[in-house]
Amino acid sequence: MTLIKEPDHGTPARPGEATVAVEIDGTEVLVPEGTSVMRAASEAGIDIPRLCATDSLEAFGSCRLCLVDIDGRKGTPASCTTPVTPGMKVRTQTPELAGLRRGVMELYISDHPLDCLTCPANGDCELQDMAGVVGLREVRYGFDGENHLDEPTDSSNPYFDFDASKCISCSRCVRACGEVQGTFALTIEGRGFASKVAAGAGGSFMESDCVSCGACVQACPTSTLQERSVVELGMPTRSVVTTCAYCGVGCSFKAELRGDEVVRMVPYKDGGANEGHSCVKGRFAFGYASHPDRQLKPMVRERITDPWHEVGWEEAIGHVARRMLDIQARHGAGAIGGITSSRCTNEEVYAVQKMVRAAFGNNNVDTCARVCHSPTGYGLKQTYGTSAGTQDFKSVAKADVILVIGANPTDGHPVFASRMKRRLRQGARLIVADPRRIDLVRSPHVEAAHHLQLAPGTNVALVNALAHVVVTEGLVDRAFVAERCEDFEAWERFIARPEHSPEAVAGITGVPAEELRAAARLYAGAPNAAIYYGLGVTEHSQGSTMVMGMANLAMATGNIGREGVGVNPLRGQNNVQGSCDMGSFPHELPGYRHVSDDAVRSVFETLWGRTLQPEPGLRIPNMFDSAVDGTFRALFVHGEDIAQSDPNTRHVTAALSAMELVVVQDLFLNETSKFAHVFLPGTSFLEKDGTFTNAERRINRVRPVMAPRTGKHEWQIVCEIAQAMGYPMKWDDASQIMDEIAMTTPTFAGVSFGKLDRVGSVQWPCNDNAPEGTPIMHVDGFVRGRGRFVETVYVPTEERSTRRFPLILTTGRILSQYNVGAQTRRTGNVAWHPEDVLELHPHDAEVRGIRDGDTVALASRVGETSLRARIDDRMPVGVVYTTFHHPATGANVVTTEHSDWATNCPEYKVTAVQVALKRPPAAEPAATGPVAAGER
Amino acid sequence: MAPPPVAAHVRLANDIAAQFRHRDPAAAAAEIAAHIRAFWDPRMRARLIEDAEAGHGGLDPLTVSAAALLAAPAR
Repeated sequence: MTLIKEPDHGTPARPGEATVAVEIDGTEVLVPEGTSVMRAASEAGIDIPRLCATDSLEAFGSCRLCLVDIDGRKGTPASCTTPVTPGMKVRTQTPELAGLRRGVMELYISDHPLDCLTCPANGDCELQDMAGVVGLREVRYGFDGENHLDEPTDSSNPYFDFDASKCISCSRCVRACGEVQGTFALTIEGRGFASKVAAGAGGSFMESDCVSCGACVQACPTSTLQERSVVELGMPTRSVVTTCAYCGVGCSFKAELRGDEVVRMVPYKDGGANEGHSCVKGRFAFGYASHPDRQLKPMVRERITDPWHEVGWEEAIGHVARRMLDIQARHGAGAIGGITSSRCTNEEVYAVQKMVRAAFGNNNVDTCARVCHSPTGYGLKQTYGTSAGTQDFKSVAKADVILVIGANPTDGHPVFASRMKRRLRQGARLIVADPRRIDLVRSPHVEAAHHLQLAPGTNVALVNALAHVVVTEGLVDRAFVAERCEDFEAWERFIARPEHSPEAVAGITGVPAEELRAAARLYAGAPNAAIYYGLGVTEHSQGSTMVMGMANLAMATGNIGREGVGVNPLRGQNNVQGSCDMGSFPHELPGYRHVSDDAVRSVFETLWGRTLQPEPGLRIPNMFDSAVDGTFRALFVHGEDIAQSDPNTRHVTAALSAMELVVVQDLFLNETSKFAHVFLPGTSFLEKDGTFTNAERRINRVRPVMAPRTGKHEWQIVCEIAQAMGYPMKWDDASQIMDEIAMTTPTFAGVSFGKLDRVGSVQWPCNDNAPEGTPIMHVDGFVRGRGRFVETVYVPTEERSTRRFPLILTTGRILSQYNVGAQTRRTGNVAWHPEDVLELHPHDAEVRGIRDGDTVALASRVGETSLRARIDDRMPVGVVYTTFHHPATGANVVTTEHSDWATNCPEYKVTAVQVALKRPPAAEPAATGPVAAGER
Repeated sequence: MAPPPVAAHVRLANDIAAQFRHRDPAAAAAEIAAHIRAFWDPRMRARLIEDAEAGHGGLDPLTVSAAALLAAPAR
């Protein structure tokens, strides 16, 4: 495959029907109203020379290269800023235009280094291209005049350089930072000849607000902003379109390579989720795949205190199978189980759950979604009929009011956040419900109309109060409710009770009643209001109740079933949606169908040739409890570091230590592998062949750019374990797994690798009713028929602050790092976040004698760790916050056993803690937390 | 002295019960039992039934009623 270059029409497409007819160089073209002459020409196959224009940005009209001649118009207008009008006649090539363009290029080149042959952008430089296009042969002004050739290079960013000597001041980077990313970190400083691009207040890129999304690098027409990997490795020669392996946005990328070496990841314009945008993780943080820490050979050991020794695949697989069978012979079929990974492909996840159900002969399979979005599965299924966000990402562009609850999109889902911020800049109103003042509350050109700064653990009281206002102030969409919903009357009576009023719950939530009433009116009064939420909703003891509360609110106001509305979980990991879809939960077969359903089970039993168990299996926390009590003895852990990510580390490690066999399959040795007896090396996303399903249910291809460095695909290894255990399980390639998924799972019936290669991506349900997929759900009716209102009682968490533990800890993530950090800690992203820190309010710091940067002890009733303090009034008094990206700090040492009542999803967001000064700032934070005996 | 830790299945069952406390007791017990039947591994259910029958002091009365429904033969 060669290098893919997507077409660039110069200016953005305009919506609507193509109704305006124009003639360009004698060719008729029909385009929507508002289209630029430049784009109309491009769509007719006529390229007009340009430098400052690109179709990801609004026209700017600064380079004066795209001049055209238009009948009846004076002068030579810029085609990028001139909209078409009916009957317009345009000429793009005349001797006068050619002269003007050459003149412009002469000026540019007179102030540009003539180092094309040694420039890293040689062959991929629009300035170079345009010099050729306009036929530039000489520069009459010479090169000795005043120039910018001695401008310095800013190499402060770990991934790209800013070489000011090559800058043509086209402003594409500045506009990309604003229009595409929405950060506004860049500006043009100075006037006239002194104009130059500046980051922030004139410091370096790293000192500025730059979030390193790469939009500026993408937009730069020269080598001014250039990936350092291109400087070091040279221009790539081929592309493979694949899907990012970080968050649930699921951005499409072109992996650009020289041979088998990835030079850079470039966001793909045709990617449905990201449409050419990216964040610092997907764009730049892929180096972990080739990090020397990668373990590439299987390893076994008898005891967890023994050293590892490398073995061949056959020996490792045989060892796993023998030990699993032996444990089942001694302790019963239900004594073993497996955990699937949301970082793996649908095909790999499907294979693992099949191995557990068919080869292990039980339903002890669960997934890391247990600890993040399992309440979404429960809550949305109860109310709407299926576990899925209702919208595609594009839908946010039609929202008039956006309610963000318990999510921090600019850090957790940055590419979607850019879409959201674009809509907010256009005038949509924003309500943020979060204990922490996240960046969205106030950032350049974005300010929330209401920040409902509620106390952690009081979401349900808040959403009930919002609904109370809707019901008692006559804001219900009664036509929608009557036509589409059920159980409304009972819910209406419940929610109208005085105890749900904003005034009644203000003492619980801490949100002033008038503020909450105003927010409810804003949401309910909008033509289109959309809810976006994250783990700040689900990771609570009432997570499922809160999901149902939001679903109630959206139904009551008629905000379901069209663009611009909906209830949308922002999924944490790349394939959380997919791992849940693929039957990873112990009570559900693929497609969210209960294991007790005889008809569904028989589909799989017929195909798989095994009798399946009709009872639910153990969930992850149940596996740990059962391991401690001795009834659960062996675990296959696929791509998840449960010893770091799961709550109450002491309990998790006790459970792992109690098991006879722990098998870990991962890229790196990790906290969990310290307790493992077998390590099976995994493949990075660059080696995988399969699909990921993102938070908008979009199924995207993951294409291998190189063969598995371990010698085997992960699904092959799973098959071989199953076979060694006596169950024949075989596919020739990953496409056959998807074919089996399509055969057994109605919502995937129309999905195949062939279709994905043809159309790019599809959103499930994809079947005969919707052959091209379903961007928006519940359009004509809910999946369950009628949407069901559920009474959502607010039951406070048992986790309370006390005299001993007077603060509440809540946790989250940061832009540059990802989950347990296994990937991002092994990249240049550590430049932004080398350690987890504890954010606390100045008041809470002062009364404890803590200064910014001090090392503090963070203790709960289950454990203690230490980390540095950051004093910040983002947090309200009494609430502290940290991330969980670094094992050295081990935030989950302190989180507790409390969990969502319906799903067992841990209550990460509410832990009663105490914070105390530990050491002066110069000292390093101590690595604490439970460890395996003999490991440290 | 700290109270003895509550067994996970007892804590979980009581958490479920708390969600249905606003319903009339018979309906609540039926909902709790249905939830546990749909989501719990049989060995956890057996432990709950055993504790309820043994009069475990930590169980919510609604949980005890639900456990009785779980213990009854399936209809």
